[in-house]
Formats: sequence, C-alpha cells, structure tokens
Amino acid sequence: MSTAETTPPPKATPPPKATPPEKVEAPAPAFEKSFIDQITNHFSDHVEVEYIKENRTRINVKKEKIVDVAKFIKDNTPFDHAESVTGVDFPEDKEIGVIYHLGSYTDPAYSKQVLALATRVPREENPNPGNDSTKLSSLREIFYSVEFHEREIFEMLGVYFEGHPDNRRLLLPEDWADLPPLRKDFTNKGR
Amino acid sequence: MTDKLIPTKQMPPGLQVDQVDDRIMTLNVGPQHPGSGHMRIIVRIDGDYIVDADPDPGYVHRGEEKMAEARNYILNIPHLERPVIHDSCNILYPYVLGVEDLVGIEVTERAKYIRVIAAELNRCIYIQYWLAIYGIFLGHSTMFMWPAGDRELLIDLMEKITGARVTHSYFIPGGVRNDVPANFEDVCLRQVNYFEKRIKEYADVFYDNPILKARTEDTGVLSREDAIRLGTTGSVLRASGVDYDVRIKEPYDVYDELDVHTNVLKAGDSYARSKIPWLDMIESCNIIRQALEKMPKSGSIRTKLKPNPKGKDDEVYRRVESGRGAAGCHIISQGKPEPYRLKLSVGSFRNLIALPYLLKGEKLGNMPAVYWSLNYWPVEADR
Repeated sequence: MSTAETTPPPKATPPPKATPPEKVEAPAPAFEKSFIDQITNHFSDHVEVEYIKENRTRINVKKEKIVDVAKFIKDNTPFDHAESVTGVDFPEDKEIGVIYHLGSYTDPAYSKQVLALATRVPREENPNPGNDSTKLSSLREIFYSVEFHEREIFEMLGVYFEGHPDNRRLLLPEDWADLPPLRKDFTNKGR
Repeated sequence: MTDKLIPTKQMPPGLQVDQVDDRIMTLNVGPQHPGSGHMRIIVRIDGDYIVDADPDPGYVHRGEEKMAEARNYILNIPHLERPVIHDSCNILYPYVLGVEDLVGIEVTERAKYIRVIAAELNRCIYIQYWLAIYGIFLGHSTMFMWPAGDRELLIDLMEKITGARVTHSYFIPGGVRNDVPANFEDVCLRQVNYFEKRIKEYADVFYDNPILKARTEDTGVLSREDAIRLGTTGSVLRASGVDYDVRIKEPYDVYDELDVHTNVLKAGDSYARSKIPWLDMIESCNIIRQALEKMPKSGSIRTKLKPNPKGKDDEVYRRVESGRGAAGCHIISQGKPEPYRLKLSVGSFRNLIALPYLLKGEKLGNMPAVYWSLNYWPVEADR
C-alpha cells in the first residue's frame, strides 16, 4: 500500500458567475402611450403613470383631481363606461384605494383597452361611514355605470361618494352594524 | 304629501312605512318569490303600471371576495365558481388566466382547446337553465321542460370530462385538471350535433310563437345609447345593437384561431334580449365543432405548477365572455401565496343597473319578462 501522497487534483476554478442580463425595460406600447400622453400632457403634475402594458394601462390621480381627470377622459378619449370599480384597503398606508376600470364600446380601436383610473382616500381607524374623512367625489355624473359599483364600495369599505344620488346599502343587510367587511381589520368570525 | 304620512316608530331603513298614498302602492317582490329569484325588487305601482322599481340584491351575498383573501391561489378555485355553479367554467376562466399571468406559467396547446370546449359546453348548459326559467316565468311550461331535458345531454358530457355534473372545478392555472376520456371527440361531436338539432326546434315552439312575441316585443326597450351609457354587457348589450364580444375583441386562449361569430340584434326589447342567448348556443356548437377538429390529438394537458405558488408583486385585470356577458377578474398580488385583493366584476351585477330604467312605465305583468331577459343570475350579482 503506497503511502505516496498524491497531489490532489487542482480544484476546478468555478466558472465566473454569469452576470444576469441587464433588465431592459420593454418600450411602452405605442398605441397605449399615445392616449396616456394625451392625459398626462393636460394634467402635468397631477397624474402619475403607474404602468403602460399591452391593452392595460393605469394612472394614479390625487383625489381632488379625480373628477377633472375623469371628465377629460370622457370628453377627449373613446372610453365611455366603467367595467369595474375595485376598492382596496391599505391599513399600513392609512389609505383606501379606489380603482375604476374604464372601457370603450364605441371605438373598435379601443375595444381591447382597459384604462385603470386609481386614487386613494384617507382611512380612519374607527370608521363612521359617511361622517368621517373617507370621502371621494362620485363619478356617477360622468360615467353613469359606476352607480352600483360605488354603492358597493361605500358599504364594503366605508368610502362615502359625495354627489352620488343614492348612497344606500346594496348587498349588506340594512341593520349591519359592524366594520365595513372588506377592510383588512374585519376578520371572519371563527377563523 | 307630508300630512298623509302615517307616523311610525323608528324602524331600520328599508322596513319603515314611508309614504301612504291613495294611488301609489309599494310592493315587495321577493326575495323568495319564484318570480324574482333570490332577490327583492321593490316596485311602486299605480294601478297596473310600475312607477318606480328598486332592485335590492344581497340576499345570497356570501363574501366570495373576502374569502379569497384568506385562501391561496389553488384553494380559491372551488369556491370562486359557486356564484354560478351552472356556468362554473366561465366564471373561473378570468381568475385562472389572471393567476397564470401572476405566477408566470404557460398553458399547453391541447389544454387551451380543451378549455375552450369546456367553456362553450358550459355556456350552453347555463343558457339552457336560464331559458327554462324564462319559459316558466312567461307561463310556457313546454319551454321549461325542453331545455331542462336537453341540458342533460351536455351535463353528461361535462361529467365525462370532469367527473362532476355541475361544480366542475376543472380549470386550474397551467391547464385543466384531467384529460378528456379516450373516445371523447366522437361522443362530443354526436351529442353536440343532436343538441343543435334540438335547440333549433325551439324556434317553432317558443321564438316564433305569436303569444311570446306579443308579450315581449316592444317591452323594456333599451336604446343603443343607454346600453353604452349604463355599461351593460353580454346579451343585453348585443340586443341593443352594440357589437361587442370579448371572445372576438380580446381573444384569450385559442379563440383567435377559431372562426367566432357574434350575434347582434337592433331592437333592444325583451324579445331581442331573450333571443341572443339562444343564437349564442348555436354559435357555441359551431365553435365546439371547430375546436374538436383543430385540437391536438395528444399532448400534455397541464403545465406542472409549484406547490403553493406565489404571485408576483403586481396586479392583473383579465376578462372573458361568460354566459351573462364580460366577466372580469381583478387580482392585486403582493408577492404572497394569497391574493391581497380579488374583485369579480360580473355580467349580472353590471346589467342590474338597467332594471329600474326598463321597468319604469311597464305593466306589472311584464315585470318577469323584462327582468329575466336581462340574463341575470342573482347569486352571481351578490357574489
């Protein structure tokens, strides 16, 4: 048994780590950019573009400006109805987000597009729906189709829509006395 | 009018007697009345004419959106189809497409075709159910029996594919849950051909029936402008002359490879609104036949998904054409296995807004004809 020390084979030098390819931001689709630019040019500081993807775009607006921006969209672009209105609770930011998804039936070129118009309103720790600072101007006069969607957000998140003609409960029972149920601090009982 | 008010004790809103008039009577239709489904319609009538109608949904509200925040993307599948169990593939479709975008997973070609076939079969199953109820609402009991019976053909077919008669839970992110049986193409083709022959016979007994025409034509007319302004969708929109179908305008899966036609009528009355779904069923049969022909005969039906997949920090809004119109699903994800917020924007809820406008000035007896022609499913609207 030879005890000759065999020199261990030289360690293979690990291949240099492949540097991850630089993330190249895909250029924004031209068609989508054109109508977003139209809006941002008109409201330079008040509109912030969240993303421009293919067929889906989103702009964020301060709540004071939401009516002006919605009016501009209605008058100057083919978006003519609201498909969906989402309310989202952000307890860490002490804010509630409201996102209007707008679509177009009249212009075939825009039939694929969904423009999300988003805003945020302040959130109260102890909500008193209708009588606290969680208020937003209603878009019902501009996009008629938001009527029931806004009623749903009022009961589900406690956002009062000023100027809405019919701020009543829609889905919840009339005698509901708990927190607005889609707030994050409302938990399902027994869970 | 205030001197005529009867002083009542302070009652919860909606329960108090607010105004008593010589002529106007308030009538609660529902929520358990067979002529309203699971929904209350508060109508105020002057003699036989409706002065005012106020839909009051929410009787079957189950908080699907709140439930979805507590379950991961896979566990959400069975309960999200509960709002419309007889159209369970189509209500699940936008959610599954949205999760695929968030998780970043591709769907195999064969799975895409199977999905389209299942979705179209389910659309027919839903419309048959809807048509059966429309028949009985109008007192036409043959039209209740025929669709309810013919619907079984397709339910059997769906049972062969998915294993369940109505609540399929068949679509999953990445494909479908299981493959179709061996001789599926032949069986499906035979059933669908027979089914199409059957539903074409409905014209003789129902759609060309002068009594039906007398009751539904020129009742509850929705103009093109109002249909757009109110943001209606699906058959209500297309009955008012707006050519908009998500399958054509924004094709998902393999709808862009198929020859899909849409049905548009201009009248905007209850008759047109009730005819569009029936024409849609015939179109669905065409789509199924094309898809069966083009479907790859073998191949994987599902891309394997990691357990408990996390969605990226993003939001998606996907939509499909369900039996009742565009169904949208808005998912906000924050990099967790559960959605942060999930919103279902469904056709029933969007079409409900038209009800007060259509009922104003109609006779009370026309209410079921107008109401059910909206292609409305109360459980879906309540979610």
